[in-house]
Amino acid sequence: MTLSPSFAKTPELDSWLQIHADGRITVSTGKVELGQKLKTAFAVIAAEELDVDPGRITVRTAETGGSPNEGYTSGSNSMEDSGTAIRQAAAEARKILLDLASEHLGAAPETLAVTDGEVRAGRSGPRVTYWELMGGKRFDRKVSAETAPKRPDLYRLIGNPVPAEGFEALVSGAVDFVHDLALPQMAHARVVRPPNYHARLLDLDDTAVRALPGVLQVIRDGRFLAVVCAREEQAVWAASRLSGLAVWDQSKGLASGDIFEQLKSNPRRSLPVVEGVPQEAPGSPSTAPAGAAATLSATYLRPYTMHGSMAPSAAMARYDDPGNDDRGLKIWTHSQGVYPLRKALASVLEIPEDTIHVVHVPGAGCYGHNGADDVALDAALAARAVPGRPVLLKWERGDEHGWEPYGPAMVMDLQASLDDGGRVIFWSHETYSDTHTARLVTPDDTSRLLAAGHLGKPLAAPKPKPNMGFHGGIHRNADPLYDFPECRVVKHLVEDLPLRTSALRSLGAYGNVFAAESFMDELALASGGDPLAFRLEHLTDARGRAVLEAAAATADWRSAPRADGQGQGLAFARYKNIKCFAAVVIDLQVDDYGAIHLQRAVIAADAGQIVDPEGLKSQLEGGLIQSASWTLKEQVTYDGGGILSRDWDSYPILTFPEVPKIETVLIDRPDQPFLGAGEATQGPTAAAIANAVFDAVGLRLRRLPFTQDRVREAAGQG
Amino acid sequence: MAGINLKVNGRDHRLEVDPKTPLIYVLRNDLGLKGTKSGCGLEQCGACMVLVDGKAVYSCSTPVGTFENRQITTIEGIGTPSDLHPIQRAFVTERAAQCGYCIPGMIVAAKALLDADPNPSEAAVRQALSGNLCRCGTYAQILKAVLRAAREMGR
Repeated sequence: MTLSPSFAKTPELDSWLQIHADGRITVSTGKVELGQKLKTAFAVIAAEELDVDPGRITVRTAETGGSPNEGYTSGSNSMEDSGTAIRQAAAEARKILLDLASEHLGAAPETLAVTDGEVRAGRSGPRVTYWELMGGKRFDRKVSAETAPKRPDLYRLIGNPVPAEGFEALVSGAVDFVHDLALPQMAHARVVRPPNYHARLLDLDDTAVRALPGVLQVIRDGRFLAVVCAREEQAVWAASRLSGLAVWDQSKGLASGDIFEQLKSNPRRSLPVVEGVPQEAPGSPSTAPAGAAATLSATYLRPYTMHGSMAPSAAMARYDDPGNDDRGLKIWTHSQGVYPLRKALASVLEIPEDTIHVVHVPGAGCYGHNGADDVALDAALAARAVPGRPVLLKWERGDEHGWEPYGPAMVMDLQASLDDGGRVIFWSHETYSDTHTARLVTPDDTSRLLAAGHLGKPLAAPKPKPNMGFHGGIHRNADPLYDFPECRVVKHLVEDLPLRTSALRSLGAYGNVFAAESFMDELALASGGDPLAFRLEHLTDARGRAVLEAAAATADWRSAPRADGQGQGLAFARYKNIKCFAAVVIDLQVDDYGAIHLQRAVIAADAGQIVDPEGLKSQLEGGLIQSASWTLKEQVTYDGGGILSRDWDSYPILTFPEVPKIETVLIDRPDQPFLGAGEATQGPTAAAIANAVFDAVGLRLRRLPFTQDRVREAAGQG
Repeated sequence: MAGINLKVNGRDHRLEVDPKTPLIYVLRNDLGLKGTKSGCGLEQCGACMVLVDGKAVYSCSTPVGTFENRQITTIEGIGTPSDLHPIQRAFVTERAAQCGYCIPGMIVAAKALLDADPNPSEAAVRQALSGNLCRCGTYAQILKAVLRAAREMGR
C-alpha cells in the first residue's frame, strides 16, 4: 500500500485522529472547508474505516501548529491527498483498537465485531468500547503502510446518502464566518486603495478624518491607507472620507489596448508540452502533415474573469495581547493555506514565523486564490497600530472586485488536419496567457501579498516563472485525451500584461477545454459526422466513452423535436487528464434579439469511488452554473484609469431566472480511487454552450463571453 | 446621540446609535444577529435581506432611523438550528447550500414569497429570488428547496 503524500510532513497518527473518553472522535485535516463539504466526506471516510456513527466525528480544519501541514486547499486535490490520509490513519487506528480489544476481551481479533465503536466477542460475549480502551490516550506511533483499508464490498456508509455536517446551522445563519467574529474590545478597519495598480500618493491631509467620531487610527505607510475605528459604520464612513482627501499621481495607468493583441505580441516564454508536462527544449514548428485531406484552424478567446466571492475578503488580527499568552500575532483567516500564509506574513512584517498563529475560519466560497491572503496582511498592518486589540478588517465590494487576482485572459490557437476518412491525423494547440499560479509558495512570492507592494518600503512582485507542473496553469487540459496520432501542444507565458492574475477554479482548463471541444465540433462538421460519434471515434478510454454515452442517452442526444432557434451541444473532458471525467449536454434557445436562454443541462460524471453522492452532485452542478455564468456574461472591464468592474451591475453574473434545469448522472467506480470533482464541469460547459449555439443558429462563437452583443456581432459578420 | 426604537424578531430595543447607520450594522454588531450577511453594501446581491412588515428588503444601505416602529424579522427570527422553520428544513433536505453565505438572504426572500403566495409556480420562485445572487451555483438546489417547502407547508 502506498501512503498518502500528506504523511511526509505529518507522520504521527495522533496528529490525524484522536479518540476522546466521552465517545467523541476528532479527525484533523490540513485542508480547509470552502463550501465544498469536505468535512462531510472526511467524516464519512473515517466513520467507515472505524465502524462508528459519523455523528461522533468532528473534523478539525487547518490551523498552524495544530493541524497537519497539507499546503493549499486547491487543484481538486483534497479528496486524494487528505481523504486518503484520513482513510489510512483511521484504518490503522481501527487495527490498534481491535488488538487492544482482543487482549481486553481475551478473544482473537478475527472473532470480534464492531458496531458504532463497541467491540463484541461473539453475539452474546463480553464487550468494550473504543473510548474505554483508548479515550484521551495517545497512539504514539507513526502511520504505517501495513494496515490495508476496508474492502469496498464491505462499505456501509460510503456512496450512500449521508446527513451533511452543519446544514442546520448554515440555513439558520448560525455559522460563524470570519466576518462574524466578535471579541471584546474588537475594532473595525477598512482600507483605502489607490485608484489603480500604479497610482502614487502625492498628498493626504487626514486631519478631518482623525476628528471623526470613533476613529482610533489612520494608517499611512507608503500608499497603504487604512482606518481603524470603534464601530464598523464609522470605519466605512472614515474610509470613504479618507479616499476623498487623498491626492494621487495617476500619470501611469493600465495598458488598456486590446488584451488579445497584447497576448500575441508581448514578450513571452514558449515551452512545448508533452503529455501534460512542459519541456525546457524548444519545440518543433507547427506543420500540418503533407497529404492531409483538410486542415482547419481557429482562434478562441477568453477575457479576464473574477472569482467574485459573495463575501468581500476579511480577516481578524491581534498583535501582542498583553493579557494573554498568545504573544505575537494571531490571524483569523479564510486563506486556502494557513502555513504558506504564516511564512509570507513573517517575511513582510519582519517578525519570526513562530510568533504568528494562523487559524482558518470559514469565508464565503472563494473558487481559487482571491483576496483572502491579501486581506490578512491588511488586517495585520491595522492591528499593529492598535496593539492588544483585535481588529476585524473587511474589504468593501469595490475593493474585492477591483483588487482580487483575476482569472487570466487567454488566446487559444487550434489547428488540425483530417485524412480522407475524416479522422484527425494532426492536432496542434497553443495557449497564450499570463500566470495562473501566483500563490505564495517560496519566500520570494511573499511580495505578491497586495499591500506588500504598497508599503513605504515596497516589495516588487516577482516576475512569474512558467509553471512546469503536470497540467499546471496555462497548459492545464491543453493536451487532449483523444487518440490523435500526432499532437503538438505549446504554452506561452506572456509578460507585461495589464491585470493582476492568479488561480481561478480550473485554471487554464476552462479556456483550453472551451477551445478544444469547440474545435472538435468544427472538425466533426468538416468531416460530415455527428459530434458525439466523431468524439467516440477518437476515444478509446473506456471511462471517457462511458460518460459521453451516458450524457447523450440522458439528454436524448439530437433526437427530440426542436423549435426555431433551439439547439443542443455536447462537450467532454477529464480534468487534468487524470481526475474526474465529465460530459455535459446543453439545450438552449437563441432568441431573435441574440440572447441565449439555457433550458436544460445534463452532466454525466465519473469521479471514481463515490463517497458522498449529494456533495459530489452539488460540486458538479455548481461548477456548471458558475461556468455558464462566465461563458454567457462575465468579463472584467478596465481602462487606463483602472478597473471598471466594481460591483454586480458592472460585472453581472447569472441570476435565478437564467438557470437551466440540471440532471446529473453519476457513474460509481467502487474499485477506483476517489477523485476531486469541483473543477470538472467548467471547461465542458463552455464548449457545450458554444456548440449548442452553433446547432441552434449556425453561429460559431469563439470569443467569450457570449453576450447578446457578441451574438449579434457574429450574426453580422456571418 | 439620538436614541432609536427598534422592534426585531418580536422584541423591542432601545439603541443609542447614529440614526444614519445602515440597519445591517445595528442588527449584527449591536444586537448580535450575525445571520444577516453583508455582501455588497449596494443592494445588489441580497445576502443582507430581512423581513420588514413581511416584505423582503435589503438592510445594507438604508439608515436604521427609517425602520423605527416597523416589524423587523431576521433569519434568527425565522428559525433556529434546533427549531427549524419548514423552509429551512426543506433547504436541509435538498442540501441547498454550499458555502452558505447567501442562504439566509435566500430564505428571507423565500419566506416573503411563500407568505404572500403559498403555492407559487417555478417561474414565480425564480422571479421572487432574482434579487439574490449565489456564486457557488446552488441555484438549482435552492429552487427545489423552495418548491418543496411550499408543498410541505401546504399539507
